[in-house]
Amino acid sequence: MKSAPARSWKPGVGSQGARVGRWNTIFCVLTSGFCLLASGCIRGEPAADLTILNGAEPETLDPAILTGQPEMRIAIGMFEGLTRFDPQTARPIPGLASGFEVSPDGRTYTFHLRTNLVWSTGGPITADDVVYSWIRALAPATASDYAGQLFYLKNAEDFNAGKIKDPSRVGIRALDPLTVRVELNHPTPFFLDICALPVTYIVPRQTIEKYGDRWIMARPLPSSGPYELAYWRLNDKVRLKKNPRYWDAAHTQSDIIDLLPVGSPSAALNLYMNGQADLVWDKELVPTELVDLLIKRPDFHQFNYLATYFIRFNVTQKPFDDPRVRQALALAIDKERIVKKITRAGEQPASHLVPDGTANYLPVEGLGYDPVRARQLLAEAGYPDGKGFPRFEYTFNAAAGGAAEIHQNIAIELQQMWRDQLGIHMDLRQLEWKVYLSAMDHLDYNLARSSWVGDYNDPQTFLGMFTSTDGNNRTGWKSAAYDALINEANQQTDLVKRGEIFQQAETMLVSNQVPIIPLFFYVGINYFDTNKIQGVYENILDDHPLQCIRKVSPKSKVRSQN
Amino acid sequence: MYFLKRLFFAIPLLLVISALAFWLVHIAPGGPFDRERAPASPEIERNLEAKYHLNEPVWKQYLRYLDGLVHGDFGPSLKYRDHTVNDIIAQGLPVSMTLGSLAFCFALGIGLPLGFFTAARRGRWEDYAGSFLATLAVCVPGFVLAPFLVVVFAIKLKWLPVALWESPAQAILPMIALGAYSAGKVARLFREGMLNAMQSEFITAARAKGMGENRLLFKHAVRIAVLPVVSYSGPMLADLLTGSFIIENIFQIPGIGVFLINGALNRDYTVVVGLALLYAVLLIALNLAVDFAYTWLDPRVKYE
Repeated sequence: MKSAPARSWKPGVGSQGARVGRWNTIFCVLTSGFCLLASGCIRGEPAADLTILNGAEPETLDPAILTGQPEMRIAIGMFEGLTRFDPQTARPIPGLASGFEVSPDGRTYTFHLRTNLVWSTGGPITADDVVYSWIRALAPATASDYAGQLFYLKNAEDFNAGKIKDPSRVGIRALDPLTVRVELNHPTPFFLDICALPVTYIVPRQTIEKYGDRWIMARPLPSSGPYELAYWRLNDKVRLKKNPRYWDAAHTQSDIIDLLPVGSPSAALNLYMNGQADLVWDKELVPTELVDLLIKRPDFHQFNYLATYFIRFNVTQKPFDDPRVRQALALAIDKERIVKKITRAGEQPASHLVPDGTANYLPVEGLGYDPVRARQLLAEAGYPDGKGFPRFEYTFNAAAGGAAEIHQNIAIELQQMWRDQLGIHMDLRQLEWKVYLSAMDHLDYNLARSSWVGDYNDPQTFLGMFTSTDGNNRTGWKSAAYDALINEANQQTDLVKRGEIFQQAETMLVSNQVPIIPLFFYVGINYFDTNKIQGVYENILDDHPLQCIRKVSPKSKVRSQN
Repeated sequence: MYFLKRLFFAIPLLLVISALAFWLVHIAPGGPFDRERAPASPEIERNLEAKYHLNEPVWKQYLRYLDGLVHGDFGPSLKYRDHTVNDIIAQGLPVSMTLGSLAFCFALGIGLPLGFFTAARRGRWEDYAGSFLATLAVCVPGFVLAPFLVVVFAIKLKWLPVALWESPAQAILPMIALGAYSAGKVARLFREGMLNAMQSEFITAARAKGMGENRLLFKHAVRIAVLPVVSYSGPMLADLLTGSFIIENIFQIPGIGVFLINGALNRDYTVVVGLALLYAVLLIALNLAVDFAYTWLDPRVKYE
């Protein structure tokens, strides 16, 4: 089989000429292909008013399904809940609801919707839309990870589990087109915070029913928030454009916002330094090796937020079934050294789990650094100077970006501290992320690196995790007394008393029983030039409503100063 | 006839590949819906598994997957739940293919002349310099070369953008970073081929007949010398076209390479199997193209 197209292209030329022609052809095809390809990646689009590097590629923008911060930070622009977070304090303020009443027992909330609510595509937003959105988030078919945020509603958990089929039995109903009544299982002081979380956002029923699972990609996509989704190109960018029909559109600061997923910290820093990005708001996008230098710059902003780095014990195995052993290990850690030497971004050492500054709560003091007492406790447990203490493993995960290095360095530091102070020997086990999660779930570990970011601003989001049946417990530690305390706190309407009960529970967790050792509280780092970007405030939820952010050009700034 | 036969045999091959990929990715520990925060109740997890049929036996899931495949449906992504695998391929593949083709052109455009030049100047300093360059290109990995190029050309000299994928200028650095290895490889293969060809009998015969050295090199040696490059081109092109995790990550390019690696890490079953199949199809097609090109370039080669 022999083809001869090249020959027939040049009739009359001899065979040698044909061969030259063949090479010419190849050359021409390659060159013209090259030019064509190079021109193929031009895209003519208006420039954005604001470009934000947003961390990981969003998994989904469906508010009922999303779970991560990059997703929340985009969805917050596209949809709104009954309340929203104040950009400065991160406390709930009126959103689509202009006001509410709460019954004296704290179990019934009546919300009044604003009278000027319209979808971005036209048509009113009504109480029925609210009910639909919440029921949808709870419906088993939606398969929402965060449906649990709505379990405070009466019958919600049973409805989600399929034990109740009739959605009208769930504790939410529309009294009239502008009024929604919600019934809760028990008084929930942070319920207004819940009403600002994405899982409760008001979403467009008709679009969802028409397009099904991938309704977010429907055009036009009705939005209830300050922005509409202009487009979403995977691993490229999400572009939002202002929704002129939003109830507070007059105060939306930027018309077009681009949110770019960036996987590599050095790419993020390069794009920022070269002026291709205005705002970088993911701590993972700060190159670890440069953290010391960068945090001294005026455009790098550190702030505390609701997140704790801690170690889990698997308390079902010897010798970690003995609280004295767990206490000893906790007391032998010099946490100050870890934050000064390894993390280096201004983190505070943690002796307790619930971060300082959490609403409705004053934290308790847990175990500090006391190697003498640590040795004493270990001896009491039957291991004087670590004699007879079995070798054990510390499990930590591989991660993207700088986090991997930090996990590993902390592991090495702990290994050394425990060897020097207690005479015990630990091996390190690094696992790929999903394998690590699976090991935690099956209690297939001795000690494991862990962290937790609060879902809402209340101690419950941290302390509730270690009740016997919670899926996030992952330590094998079960205490009826602890469960009773958490339950009692959640029935309590008096916030001061509630806080005291939570304190008792936390003391149990971090001083007496110690199924976990808190190491430090995370700090967040955003980077942007405060002379150019306005409306980003450091708050404890690290939450930044998009409609408040704007870029001021030097010119307009001069004008505004005059 | 031969090529039709080859195409026909590709089908069972693809079936085996898909089954193997499907099985391997399912036996890896952890699943697509394992997260740091466990859902509030076990039912939530069951709802998720039921929605994506993960509660069924693997063979049944595989049959379900094949059924979709027959209808041109690669299934929904389990990680990016607003997108199907078809969406991911449709958006990422053109980008990766554009970059890959550019890198391919770069590899041949630099590699062939360099190989020819070093062979023609064999044993002189030009040969050593050129061969050193080619070896360097093969030895320096992309994750070293790419940041180096960015630092020099984007940050210090400010000639080119640091990253992103919007204008042709943004394609230049990733093209070089991606194509450098192949360029070096092509140069070495071509040089080797040229030297071998120059020692063969028909060249000696031509030389004895008094044919000029340039004519000898260009007309006769090249045709034989290029054959190893051609056979390397098929897998090389398949490799370049399907994207590179490292290059796409460093230059923030919305290609398909990132999805293949992250898909595996995220246990995004459908994405992994879909992209593995895509890679397999490309590899089979390009190998076929290579064999086809052989018959065109070398009249001695015939397939039955």
